[in-house]
Amino acid sequence: MNVPDNLKYAESHEWILVDGDLGTIGITDHAQNELTDIVYVDPPKVGATVSAGQAAAVVESVKAASDIYAPVDGEVVEVNPALADSPALVNTSPYDEGWLFKVRLTNPAQLDALKSPEDYRTQIG
Amino acid sequence: MSEPARRTVLYDLQKSAGARCINFGGWEMPVQFTSIIDEHQTVRTACGVFDISHMGEVFVSGPASFDFLQQMLANDLAKCPVGGAQYTFLLNERGGVIDDLIVYRLGDRDFLLLVNAAKIAEDVAWLEQHLVPEVKLDNRSATMSALAVQGPDAARVFRVAFDGEMPARNTFVALEKCRGAVIAAGTGYTGEAGFEIFFPSMLASDIWQSVLAAGAKPCGLGARDTLRLEMCYPLNGSDLSPDRTPLEAGLGMFVALDKPGFLGREALLAQKSAGLPSRLAAIRMTEKSPPPRAHYPVLVDGAVVGETTSGALSPSSGDGIAMAYLPPHLATPGQAVQIDIRGRLFAAVVEKKPFHRPNSKRPA
Repeated sequence: MNVPDNLKYAESHEWILVDGDLGTIGITDHAQNELTDIVYVDPPKVGATVSAGQAAAVVESVKAASDIYAPVDGEVVEVNPALADSPALVNTSPYDEGWLFKVRLTNPAQLDALKSPEDYRTQIG
Repeated sequence: MSEPARRTVLYDLQKSAGARCINFGGWEMPVQFTSIIDEHQTVRTACGVFDISHMGEVFVSGPASFDFLQQMLANDLAKCPVGGAQYTFLLNERGGVIDDLIVYRLGDRDFLLLVNAAKIAEDVAWLEQHLVPEVKLDNRSATMSALAVQGPDAARVFRVAFDGEMPARNTFVALEKCRGAVIAAGTGYTGEAGFEIFFPSMLASDIWQSVLAAGAKPCGLGARDTLRLEMCYPLNGSDLSPDRTPLEAGLGMFVALDKPGFLGREALLAQKSAGLPSRLAAIRMTEKSPPPRAHYPVLVDGAVVGETTSGALSPSSGDGIAMAYLPPHLATPGQAVQIDIRGRLFAAVVEKKPFHRPNSKRPA
């Protein structure tokens, strides 16, 4: 499974790409592979406040609806508009075109509690 | 505490074929191999094979077996010839569904009941509770396995794997292979042409491999569920329950109300004359929405009128589809409804069953 080196990871299989006080969030290659057949993405609302470890979005595969947890606290500033018509981008491009939403970080210190690529690779075996 | 999940004899072979498993009715079963959508399309366009070994095989024989089953089952067994298969119900006194099953008439007084995995113990207990002299029940669920091979290419797969012609719909043959201990039947749960095959578990890996070698692709319960839902075939425990009758489920054609005395008949006659309290409706989403799933509220004009019993994204149409028990006056094609999905309402409409009409389905 692909685990890019430039990201931080949550144990619940989300990734975050940090650029200044902005974080782009998605689910990992491992997560999309486990879910397969993603057919609907329910993103958070722009302007909503999300909290680390709390459900922020729902990703639906054919077989189940899965909560996606915010890895950090923040305010949602953008959601991926392409997913409304092409939810399968989460399967085909989990780290790029299939990103879920962007937040303005309100507690950047929380990033230190997330996993390094190495630790996440160990977690998923 | 629940018991640990059981595995069929094909578990290891299926794991090595890439199966991802879930617990279903106390069994650890493949939910998918590659992808539910791929497997669904395989069955609609080519041929897929499902391990259905978790289902129960109960043999009923003895001089009084016919009369006993006529009394216990809702459909008219007199209309099922030797060599035939019939969809039927085991009902409680209230006319509610204990189980839906297929009875295979092996001989004049010799029957095989194929029952749902989660209901084997309950079905057998119910039959034993009503047992009469000169009837023998033989529950062979623990020592038998079964496969469902389904899709437009199934007849060719049968020819290659078993060197014969696939049995016609609702008929079966005992295969010469293994002294007739292998039963192949023209039945299924997908709406496509195909067959189901029942055999002693010791033959499972041979038969699984010969069916794969003939071109069938392994499929899991995920695709089995979307395939059956597109056909509006009910799933017991979801769409059928002890508190709903087959009449409410729209399955009255499998209930022989004109047959003298069977368990549940009085209740069904009373319900019929009083008017059905609900009807199982087929509902299609008419706007983009998350896939409907079981237990979502169904609304008309802002008021909750029922809840979904099953739901999925239909891989064939790309639409969300669901079934729900609704008041009869609302369970009519064209009725606009809304489905509440996580607190948001999405437009949907009641439509005529089934959702999908397969190309390969043979006339009954």
